[in-house]
Amino acid sequence: MRSITRQKPFTEIEESLKRFNQVYIIGCGTCATMTKTGGIDEVLEMKERLEGLEKAVTGWTVVPIACDGMTDVTIKENERAVRKAGCILVMACALGVHRVTMYTSKPVIPALDTLYMGVEEKPGHFKEVCAQCGQCVLGETAGICPLTACSKGLLNGPCGGTNNGKCEVDKEKDCAWTLIYQRLKLQGRLDLMRKYHPPKNHQAAPRPKHIKL
Amino acid sequence: MESRFKRALNSGKFVVTCEVGPPKGTNIEKMLHHIDLLKYRVDALNVTDHQSSVMRFPSLGGCLSVKERGGEPILQMTCRDRNRLALQADLMLAHTRGINNVLCLTGDAVVVGDHKEAKGVFDLDSVQLLRAVRQMEAGEDLAGNRLDGAVSFCAGAVVCPEAKPIEPQLIKFEKKVEAGAEFFQTQGIYDLDNFANFMQHARQFPVKILAGIILLTSAGMAKYMNANIPGIFVPQNLIDELASAGKGQALQKGIEIAGRMIAAIKKEKLCDGVHIMAIGREELVLDILRAAEI
Repeated sequence: MRSITRQKPFTEIEESLKRFNQVYIIGCGTCATMTKTGGIDEVLEMKERLEGLEKAVTGWTVVPIACDGMTDVTIKENERAVRKAGCILVMACALGVHRVTMYTSKPVIPALDTLYMGVEEKPGHFKEVCAQCGQCVLGETAGICPLTACSKGLLNGPCGGTNNGKCEVDKEKDCAWTLIYQRLKLQGRLDLMRKYHPPKNHQAAPRPKHIKL
Repeated sequence: MESRFKRALNSGKFVVTCEVGPPKGTNIEKMLHHIDLLKYRVDALNVTDHQSSVMRFPSLGGCLSVKERGGEPILQMTCRDRNRLALQADLMLAHTRGINNVLCLTGDAVVVGDHKEAKGVFDLDSVQLLRAVRQMEAGEDLAGNRLDGAVSFCAGAVVCPEAKPIEPQLIKFEKKVEAGAEFFQTQGIYDLDNFANFMQHARQFPVKILAGIILLTSAGMAKYMNANIPGIFVPQNLIDELASAGKGQALQKGIEIAGRMIAAIKKEKLCDGVHIMAIGREELVLDILRAAEI
């Protein structure tokens, strides 16, 4: 599973750094490296662009896993450079931003937008396959999640917007329920498609989601 | 209470419904004009619900106008814009104002409309909405609480007889029947042989089917629908017929085609009636009915 991110428009980053002349940059060696949004190359490119805006980059690092507790150690190891900075620009997903926020009193600015949890199906192709809804139906939908694969997240079969196996939202996009139908048919389990799914319980995992073991 | 539309469906007559599209804005004159033109010529008037995800005057408001002017409204209700609380509330309001027909729809995706950044709700889907209607008729809300006063609706849904592949649509159709749909208004159909095949399947179920008739206004429009509207398939011979109609005559030809199809459906008793969609040209429904000799 990967946390899929996209770099914010640079003008937005520039705007959020307006009041800071010294910046410390933190990238992430895991998901953001894979999606090429917060690895070493991207961090160095950001450093250059910020210097182009006449900001001083007091230091930078790419932590192995930004959302891990070890981020605390990295920040402490780089304390001098961090202390000189007015803020920390984080090139990791929001989980990384959250971690950094836990370990510093400095303002923390995200450079990325976190889009979804995805898997890399083939190199460079990251697909959302789970909405983390707390009520998994994959056993009844041939392993295809209707919440993420259907643009409307429908539980009881295709809408009228499906056409030759494609979705009304995008002619290139497969209709989730056509895929589910084909696969269930192949498995001899088409009866599952006739099963009524009641309205979803949106409190299956209440917000803010939090589990204490 | 049995609605006037339900009585028409059960009377054995060839039922005719058509659409009224609420305006974008508060000038409802054109909508009222269409209602007045059509209210005594059809068995019921559907009022569309932010059709194609374009923000408009509400369906419920349009239905109230139909009712006030002596017509029989069918409240189109999509699941796109309201969660289960809001849907149930609107059903109760409709019931208290004598609107007792509802068409339960999933709704088009938000991004096809004019408020592309809006949140698509889809808290319920069309099958769940149908069941919600039935549950509320039994005096209970979706949380299982008792209602002080139940609702009563003739509830319907849509089906797409031209969809490919058809089997997933038929499964959904059956789920809607099981959920309590009493009538179906189909997506626009143009191939009567294919529609007859669909009806052979649909006839097994105790529901009334109204064939969707979308007015073709030109060969270009027909081609556009083939390319862009899911579930619509206008055969080449109809496109050729429209194209051969000559300058300024295509619309008249479209009316003739629609009338001819309706007459054939009625004569061959293919289904229980028709649902005419003139998409913004509702005044032409009268011409279509004349062409169909209804």
